[in-house]
Amino acid sequence: MTPNAKIQNIISDFAYLQDWEDRYRTIIDLGKKLAPLAEDEKNPNSKVQGCVSQVWLVSESAIAKSGEKILAFRGDSDALIVRGLIALLLTLYSNQTPKAILNMDASAIFADLQLEEHLSPSRANGFRAMIKKIQSLARDEDRLEARA
Amino acid sequence: MTPPLEKYRADFPFLAREIHGQPIVYLDSAASAQAPKQVLHAMTAMRESHYANVHRGIHALSDEATRAYEKARAVVQSFLNAEHEEEIVFTSGGTEALNLVARSFAAPIMAEGDEIILSLLEHHSNIVPWHMLRKEKGVVLKWLECDPAGHVSLKDYEKLFSKRTKLVAMTAMSNVLGVSPPLKEMIKIAHQKDAAVVLDGCQSAVHQKSDMRDMDCDFFAFSAHKLYGPNGIGVLYGKKAHLEKMPPFKGGGAMIASVTRDAINYAPPPQRFEAGTPPITEAVGLAKAVEYVSEIGLDKIAQHEKELLHHAREEIAKINAIRILGDEKSAALLSFVGETAHPHDLATIADRKGVALRAGHHCAQPLMEHLGIGATARASFALYNRHQEVEALAKALRYAVEFFA
Repeated sequence: MTPNAKIQNIISDFAYLQDWEDRYRTIIDLGKKLAPLAEDEKNPNSKVQGCVSQVWLVSESAIAKSGEKILAFRGDSDALIVRGLIALLLTLYSNQTPKAILNMDASAIFADLQLEEHLSPSRANGFRAMIKKIQSLARDEDRLEARA
Repeated sequence: MTPPLEKYRADFPFLAREIHGQPIVYLDSAASAQAPKQVLHAMTAMRESHYANVHRGIHALSDEATRAYEKARAVVQSFLNAEHEEEIVFTSGGTEALNLVARSFAAPIMAEGDEIILSLLEHHSNIVPWHMLRKEKGVVLKWLECDPAGHVSLKDYEKLFSKRTKLVAMTAMSNVLGVSPPLKEMIKIAHQKDAAVVLDGCQSAVHQKSDMRDMDCDFFAFSAHKLYGPNGIGVLYGKKAHLEKMPPFKGGGAMIASVTRDAINYAPPPQRFEAGTPPITEAVGLAKAVEYVSEIGLDKIAQHEKELLHHAREEIAKINAIRILGDEKSAALLSFVGETAHPHDLATIADRKGVALRAGHHCAQPLMEHLGIGATARASFALYNRHQEVEALAKALRYAVEFFA
């Protein structure tokens, strides 16, 4: 399944969830399933600034079957709701080329998830900070590629 | 039996709010307290009928505004039992008050290697100004440790002094653990060692009597918005003998005696430290807030909060997955952490149940590090809270704990 198809699945799942409890439970379940980062991966380099709780994101590059370089992300947080949000972001962004990552309009997709209304302003800021970090990791990779 | 403070709830318009369809349970007064209508009305009346700039205009409104502004100073002087009215400086808040001490008192008298004693209980606003002096001048910060409940030992404290100690910067009440250090003894010891003491009274001012002449501290800072007053104004009390010697750290209008092309003479305190148009309406609001709590009685409010806190401690202790920090000696606030849920998780779900909690490091990262935690959730109590709300808190927390189980 492509990342976009996966996220479309999540969006349609969310559409059925009427109350906030179910939406939060879904996010928390995603968070529980997220593989934790190793302790040494939680370092100042991987830390996302601007989140109210602690968030770390790392990226790894791989070569896709098409021969293109793609990026995969892993992340972690000490808060469960935030772990769930990270899981959503990783679903959306992982295994794509840096260019595709940079061209993606995440805010439109997340608007479909109607998450912002369930997120406090400080959380929504942190969410944007995570997207910025993913984009900056993709930009670094894109530059490396251009130089190579 | 109706609790003694129940009737005062009618003074607080915010209590009409609903949050996510439920009556608000506001347990974040330690961050900022809600204002009673008396304060809000006094501020509106000021703007509507008595407002102009102060200390300047030769007209009736300016006279009225100046009188109201200076009356606010007298009200604060009496609240703090300060000896002189000129010892009360209005600032933009507690943070600016502490920065004023760092810039205008400490910086001029401190050289490289001079020492400041501060505790691990401090809020960042009583840490960062001293760190800035450390970076700029090479002054040395010496930290007073505390036990897990936040208690400090006078023996440890005394050992921190040296011939180079110039200043002690101490919280009068921790915003995370609710404990107060033994201030009077600490001030006495500091003075024996020729060091001045600045107290961060932002948390304590609303829960206990702040008597400057009895405590004998050199400086005392607090903000109005934690005292049921408006945001945008705070107070620095400073001993007259200190303030008279201190240069201003902000320049502007209304703080000079004379300005020529080549020379400047500063006005005497407190005007010297109040450059520019001060928070006039906010001063009126602050004075009304002080009058409001004084009329009810700080001791009565403190007793009420103590009962709420005791109740909350009992209720939350029953929840296995939550660990309470601190001990019974704390006042008005309660910090706790979840065994599985993060404080932010707890606060998010509690909010959905209408319960407003604070969660985070509370701008006290050295203390968090000392306690070995990243964050806590905090419930803080004020005169408008009641026992039903403690039960709502416990219910919301039980619900949250199940949510993350």
